[in-house]
Amino acid sequence: MWKWLHPYANPEVSYHFTNKLLPWLSALSAVFLCIGLVWALLFAPADYQQGHSFRIFYIHVPAASLSMGIYVSMAIAAFSSLVWQLKLADASAAAMAPVGAAFTAIALITGAAWGKPMWGTWWIWDARLTSELILLFLYLGVIALHNAFEDKNLAGKAAGILTLVGVINIPIIKYSVEWWNTLHQGSTVSKLGKPSMSLDMLWPFIFCFIGFALLVGVIICLRFRNEILARNSIRPWVRELVQQSAIK
Amino acid sequence: MQFNSFSDFINMGGYGFYVWLSFGAAALILTLLLITSKADHQKIIMQIAKRKQREDKLRQAKVLRKQQNEQHKKELNEVTD
Repeated sequence: MWKWLHPYANPEVSYHFTNKLLPWLSALSAVFLCIGLVWALLFAPADYQQGHSFRIFYIHVPAASLSMGIYVSMAIAAFSSLVWQLKLADASAAAMAPVGAAFTAIALITGAAWGKPMWGTWWIWDARLTSELILLFLYLGVIALHNAFEDKNLAGKAAGILTLVGVINIPIIKYSVEWWNTLHQGSTVSKLGKPSMSLDMLWPFIFCFIGFALLVGVIICLRFRNEILARNSIRPWVRELVQQSAIK
Repeated sequence: MQFNSFSDFINMGGYGFYVWLSFGAAALILTLLLITSKADHQKIIMQIAKRKQREDKLRQAKVLRKQQNEQHKKELNEVTD
């Protein structure tokens, strides 16, 4: 595995690989999102209790679970950067943080817009909502630390430690609906057991989820290549690349 | 199709405001993030190009100053001779 992974520790190789990956990811994401969202808005049946308000589910649930997934990948990147001093891992962690923050914000906003008609309130200080809000603050802290130091290695170290400490919040979010009494409903789309959802509601969800996950990939790739360029600005290959695009 | 007319679709069985608020907010946030992430690429390239230009200019100035100094010295020597 190391033999296969080794060339990707080179920023130049990673930069060109990311560039090649981007159009494919973008196209796939657009296809899945178009199918998923049209299906979710027009063709999925309304919920027998929640009526059409349930369509918020198709954004809320992917956003919330991706906000946690991105955090876990960011923590893995931060860990590899702290332990093995992989500079690219730092760059990828810095690329992921704003995307995670955006999806956390979307989960919170759509949750509020769903909570108002269903629970009668935009916000309540219950376990699930509060721990998700803390996730947003963790992301904002990580972004701030990445930008707080001129020396990117130092910034990566500080942000990485905050990221690793914040991992404790992830199981709290995940199991908050089981550990505490909460207004928030339990999971309806569990991967291991049978999903407690009819198939004509589940299929559009799967499309939306994959589409959003691919979109996360697209935005992380875009930001990752920016980070690589900014961090390697004095390297000859970047200089050459800059000159070529300046001629264009 | 779950809706009979376009106004039905917008109305979302009375939940229109909340549904469109959610979809609108998500679309706005993701579009902004996507556009800024894409635009930053060009911005960073321009920044690096500018820095390179400045460095080249400094290097040229250094070479020029050295030449002028040598010229000046030579002239002084000629005068004193």
